[in-house]
Amino acid sequence: MTARPYNFAYLDEQTKRMIRRAILKAIAIPGYQVPFASREMPMPYGWGTGGVQVTAAIIGPDDVLKVIDQGADDTTNAVSIRAFFAKTADVATTTDTTQATIIQTRHRVPETPLSGEQILVYQVPIPEPLRFLEPRETETRTMHALAEYGVMHVKLYEDIARHGHIATTYAYPARVADRYIMDPSPIPKFDNPKLDDCPALQLFGAGREKRIYAIPPFTRVVSLDFEDHPFERTKFDAACEFCGATDSFLDEVVIDDRGGRMFVCSDTDYCEKRRAAKTKDVAQ
Amino acid sequence: MTAPLLSVRGLCKRYGAIDACRDISFALEEGEALAIVGESGSGKTTLLNLVAGALQADSGEVVYRMRDGAARALSSLSEAERRALMRTDWGFVHQDASRGLRMNVSAGGNIGERLMAIGDRHYGRIRAAALDWLARVEIAAQRVDDPPSTYSGGMRQRLQIARNLVTGPRLVFMDEPTGGLDVSVQARLLDLLRGLIADMGLAAIIVTHDLAVARLLSHRMLVMKQGEVIESGLTDRVLDDPQAPYTQLLVSSVLAA
Amino acid sequence: MYVAVKGGERAIANAHALLADKRRGDRSVAEIETRQIDEQLSLAVDRVMSEGSLYDREIAALAIKQARGDLIEAIFLARAYRTTLPRFGFAEPLDTKAMALRRRVSATFKDLPGGQVLGPTFDYTHRLIDFMLAESADPPPPATAPADSALAAPRVIDIIAGDDLIEKSPPAEGGAAVADVTRDPTEFPASRDARLQTLARGDEGFLLGLGYSTQRGYGRNHPFVGEIRFGEIEVEMFVAELGFPVPLGSIAVTECQMVNQFKGGADGEPARFTRGYGLVFGQSERKAMSMALVDRALRADELAEERIGPAQDEEFVLSHCDNIQATGFVEHLKLPHYVDFQAELALLRELRREAGAQAPSAEAAE
Repeated sequence: MTARPYNFAYLDEQTKRMIRRAILKAIAIPGYQVPFASREMPMPYGWGTGGVQVTAAIIGPDDVLKVIDQGADDTTNAVSIRAFFAKTADVATTTDTTQATIIQTRHRVPETPLSGEQILVYQVPIPEPLRFLEPRETETRTMHALAEYGVMHVKLYEDIARHGHIATTYAYPARVADRYIMDPSPIPKFDNPKLDDCPALQLFGAGREKRIYAIPPFTRVVSLDFEDHPFERTKFDAACEFCGATDSFLDEVVIDDRGGRMFVCSDTDYCEKRRAAKTKDVAQ
Repeated sequence: MTAPLLSVRGLCKRYGAIDACRDISFALEEGEALAIVGESGSGKTTLLNLVAGALQADSGEVVYRMRDGAARALSSLSEAERRALMRTDWGFVHQDASRGLRMNVSAGGNIGERLMAIGDRHYGRIRAAALDWLARVEIAAQRVDDPPSTYSGGMRQRLQIARNLVTGPRLVFMDEPTGGLDVSVQARLLDLLRGLIADMGLAAIIVTHDLAVARLLSHRMLVMKQGEVIESGLTDRVLDDPQAPYTQLLVSSVLAA
Repeated sequence: MYVAVKGGERAIANAHALLADKRRGDRSVAEIETRQIDEQLSLAVDRVMSEGSLYDREIAALAIKQARGDLIEAIFLARAYRTTLPRFGFAEPLDTKAMALRRRVSATFKDLPGGQVLGPTFDYTHRLIDFMLAESADPPPPATAPADSALAAPRVIDIIAGDDLIEKSPPAEGGAAVADVTRDPTEFPASRDARLQTLARGDEGFLLGLGYSTQRGYGRNHPFVGEIRFGEIEVEMFVAELGFPVPLGSIAVTECQMVNQFKGGADGEPARFTRGYGLVFGQSERKAMSMALVDRALRADELAEERIGPAQDEEFVLSHCDNIQATGFVEHLKLPHYVDFQAELALLRELRREAGAQAPSAEAAE
């Protein structure tokens, strides 16, 4: 058997067209989950196949691709996906958020604000925000169609009654364009405000669950809350050990076996840029 | 004279060779409580479910006067309209409270759900409304954060009532609301229901096999046997002066209190 | 001084090299050939083809070698390979009546035209480890008989249907397209064709457990094996330019027809047996039987049966029987989740702080 060359970005053109149709539909109905015929990809379901299919459908030879996982370019999953596109599409890749035209991400939104020239592609494990309250697809589709979202607020009510706080800290549900409630993927709620009124196009791909949804640029995205228990960003008690940032999401790193801890920026590119700027300041 | 709140015409339902309901017609006025009485197998529960839209009738229609005054046939309502109706203007109290409650959600969450479904977004006010209703159905305020899985049967039923009434519905369906509860608990519950129906001017359709329940709660009653209404009229009249032989049999077989 | 972790790319490359080394193993041991896997581990190849939805013994054998014997990993390879293949048409429906039978048994009749052909089966073996197999195995050639082309082996289903005692397969709606679960996402309720396709490629273990559960009372439907037949069957494709179907080759399949609890008697329809159906590539009887049991169980709503077991829950079964989806999501838990974990840690610490702040005041009040 001879090795066969793959089409640009692996997927055949018919499949890309099918995915783009789903993407267009998703953009036309912000926050609505569009079913699509997810393909078996060379990486497992649950490891970013939805994001990869979305990226493969929209990427062109002149694009510059950045891939991050947990905010870092160098985590194994990000490395693996970046290598996949380098091999099958031969596109330029970067770790610099400002240089990228397409950013595929798992579980974080970059700290650096995005522009209208960029597309952010999210990897989504469970697209359905109602799933944990209602396991049946037939029922959740009806609830979305009728905008029956009372049960979501019941969950938040229960949290407050039990803990005094809303207990959701990631994959925090939000209402898009005052209509559909969506799951923004397991980004920490710290990142939710970045989805609102964002200049970049945001696309969400769930391969295993076979759904694509979108937030068009400059769309209103409001995280669910109560008037008297408003949505609050997570606050950290520390600053980044490397660059001193107090406005970014921090990873907690265990440094010794005596419980020693250190906090560093989760967004490695953001942190490096800040450190480079500081070094420059010092040098000048 | 205003049109009736609910108008049922020629409702029929068959199961194979059995007529569960044959050509049933009646009207219900606003604020009127109607009991549907009969033995098991009479078709009374089927009738209740047909009128509430939980079952599809084979023929006939149910017309309801909406809050805006328009008379709408139930079959003409879209799924969205029907669900909205069930959540705001109607209530349904099940015999088994666990069918009408979220057993693992706190009492406050259960009562507050309808409010949240229609757009209330203030936790404090929702909780206050829940506490207010707990008081009205005589459940201790400390139980507001407990789920009904920790409640007694009588308490669950009272919680179910609160959950249904919080949005001020105009029509409530009840299927054997005191069934399965012991006698003293029943009495207390009936007293509560009677007060609420009167205070809120509710219209109600109450299915029961218990004539005492019918006597206490309803203004009018229908007596059903094998899918047909064999007698109807003011509750006191039917119970004190039954005309049909079957009704006479029913009334006479009730042990004197 | 802590330094941020780098070198993920190199670590992955090294991991791949280590994997390749382990796959080959001890160099003094002969390397396994795909032909050996195909010939001597043929049931593994059959399973990879069935659940990989790809009839290609070479590819399946190679996948098993590449996967170091992990069959779900091999099925994944087959599926991913399948994605790259262009589709140039659809075969005609297989006519299992015309199967060249290697094995054919029925539990519903003691004897029947065509007989009980046992074929190569483990069914009657004693499960005693044969230490002779550790050395070379050179079994004597089996007995043969001349091929009897006149041998009639009608399907048991057709025999019972001849007396109108079993429900007929619902006729296809004229012109209706067959569902394709590899192209379109499944919607619920699923059509029977989508359901059967999903079950055909579903995990054998999962379906086995579900089928077993129905026998133990979680939605019992009183199954009998009407027939199991295994053998080769021709695949044909209708070519428009020629105007007739053209044979593409033969494949081996196992078909299982279950005869189940009879239904009917009301609505004027006479009582009839009901059916469950299973079809797989190769000789995978366990899978074909499990598929037939679950197929029948999933018809609960259609046959107005009470749903009391998970095998009767369509959304549950069809959403979870695909082992590639399942393993992807289960194993994805190994991926970094430290950002979300951090968010949870932050909240938990906050709640504990608040509880701690309240406790001293509670003690003070006492």
